Amino acid sequence: MLMGAEWQAIALTLKLASVSTALLLLLGTPLAWWLSRRQGSFAAAIEALVALPLVLPPTVLGFYLLILLAPNSAIGSAWQSITGSQLAFSFEALIVGSVLYSLPFVVQPLQQAFARVPPTLLAAADTLGAAPWDRFISIVLPTTRRSFLVAAALGFAHTVGEFGVVLMIGGNIPGETRVLSVALYDQVESLQFAQAHQLAAGLLIFSMLTLFALYRSEPNAGWAIKR
Amino acid sequence: MSSLTVNLKCEGAQGFTLNCALQLPLQGVTGVFGPSGCGKTTLLHCIAGLRDPAPHSVIHHGEDVWLAGGVSVPTFQRGVGLVFQDDRLFPHLNVSGNLDYAVKRRHSKPPYSRDTVIDWLGIGKLLLHGVSELSGGQRQRVAIARALLNGPNILLLDEPLAGLDYNAKQDCLKRLTLIAKQTKLPMIYVSHEIQELSHVADDLVIMREGEVTEHGPLIELAGSLESSLARDSNAAAILQASISGHHSQWHLTELSIANQSLWVNALPDSQISQLRLRIAARDVSVTRSRASDSSILNSLAVTLTAMQPCGPGHMLLQLTLGEQFLLARITRKSADQLALQPGDKLFAQIKSTALLSDQGYNE
Repeated sequence: MLMGAEWQAIALTLKLASVSTALLLLLGTPLAWWLSRRQGSFAAAIEALVALPLVLPPTVLGFYLLILLAPNSAIGSAWQSITGSQLAFSFEALIVGSVLYSLPFVVQPLQQAFARVPPTLLAAADTLGAAPWDRFISIVLPTTRRSFLVAAALGFAHTVGEFGVVLMIGGNIPGETRVLSVALYDQVESLQFAQAHQLAAGLLIFSMLTLFALYRSEPNAGWAIKR
Repeated sequence: MSSLTVNLKCEGAQGFTLNCALQLPLQGVTGVFGPSGCGKTTLLHCIAGLRDPAPHSVIHHGEDVWLAGGVSVPTFQRGVGLVFQDDRLFPHLNVSGNLDYAVKRRHSKPPYSRDTVIDWLGIGKLLLHGVSELSGGQRQRVAIARALLNGPNILLLDEPLAGLDYNAKQDCLKRLTLIAKQTKLPMIYVSHEIQELSHVADDLVIMREGEVTEHGPLIELAGSLESSLARDSNAAAILQASISGHHSQWHLTELSIANQSLWVNALPDSQISQLRLRIAARDVSVTRSRASDSSILNSLAVTLTAMQPCGPGHMLLQLTLGEQFLLARITRKSADQLALQPGDKLFAQIKSTALLSDQGYNE
């Protein structure tokens, strides 16, 4: 059976995925909206930046994040002087990494959905006295709400499944940065195949069920990964 | 009287430049007529603020400046109602939800209630339906109701009936005519069909390739030989008539125009006392004496005021009765044989059925 350390890793992973997903929706929504309404080189550059984690080895992102968040970096030292603790190899660093790493999985489905909202409907709402913010709340959100489900599910599942970035910037501190994928790696390293099977199978089934539920409810959700 | 003053330049989508200066009264219905792609929709979108015209364009709504010298009031603050060619109902709301959307954000409290508007447009039974369940005519009626409930200070209608079948179109037209009279809401009604505008418009603006070519009272333009409307093979005069009696033994209704009687197939006995008639020039012929041995029922005493060639073989005549005009299209041969001269007293013969083919309702 799973032991205390494994349960701790599972709880930490779920916490990381939940916090990251919430932040991803918060940041990803305005970014996706902006990208869906803009054309030109600048928007294309931002779009490419957001999509980078899809093609980059996670270790590359992790490596640069490690440098960026290290105690002697501007961000790292500012963080240390405010909070009194180190940013690299902390739970907060994992959140930063997860958000960046899963950003395309949230931004792309939202951007696609926003782009499909007919401008004609927004113009109609405009003539009916709806201010821009009101139009977003009253027209865009309700007509794209299923895409938020897709974005949240993909962001959550992808964060649960991440490994490379976590290893580079989080290390392996139980209860702080030792997430499921890292725990699994440890077990394989120490040849504990029975426990490794439990975690691996659990993760496999979780991911499978999440994606199955997603595609059942939203047959076109697949483009975000296939792209 | 306050007016909507526009002085606009705007690049159109089809390669023309909208370039027009207009002063439209903020009362009654102004029809904007012209072929497709002449800039009618661009004009409406500029008035609504959905398009940015070129610098130095100006829009004044009464005392309010909507657009001038770098100041542009955003659409949602202009209080302009716009009924689009496609109904643009919100798909995530049912009919009632679409109406409530407008009520919640209304510009000012309109002088009519939600129930009255629902009644005018006959959508009471549709309130709980999803918008995808509605027919084209129903959707457009809901869109009109939604615009009215928003309490606009002016209603813009952009080919609102273009996609509808004949019956739905006639139904909507009757309702719109009634609404225009009841609400006294100023309206700008864009259409490429003059028949449609003949029902509802008081004034008419004619546009061509982005520019205004004619502007005046509809009835005057329709009865004028100078107007481009007269050059159309479907040219028709519009007359105001009052109902003077119903004759059930003949199944006819007697109308009065300039103290003369005009007989039409029996109209439903309703509250309507005034109505508008559209009489096509090709359905009118003239005689020098009143024919007593003709089966044609309607023969009006008129004066020939003007005539001009119309195509290779025809003449178009302008005939006056009282203050109103009739048009008649006859062959040149007939005109020569009758030796017609302006000033001649004539009798205009109108086929009774021609009156009914396309008549407007005016209360």
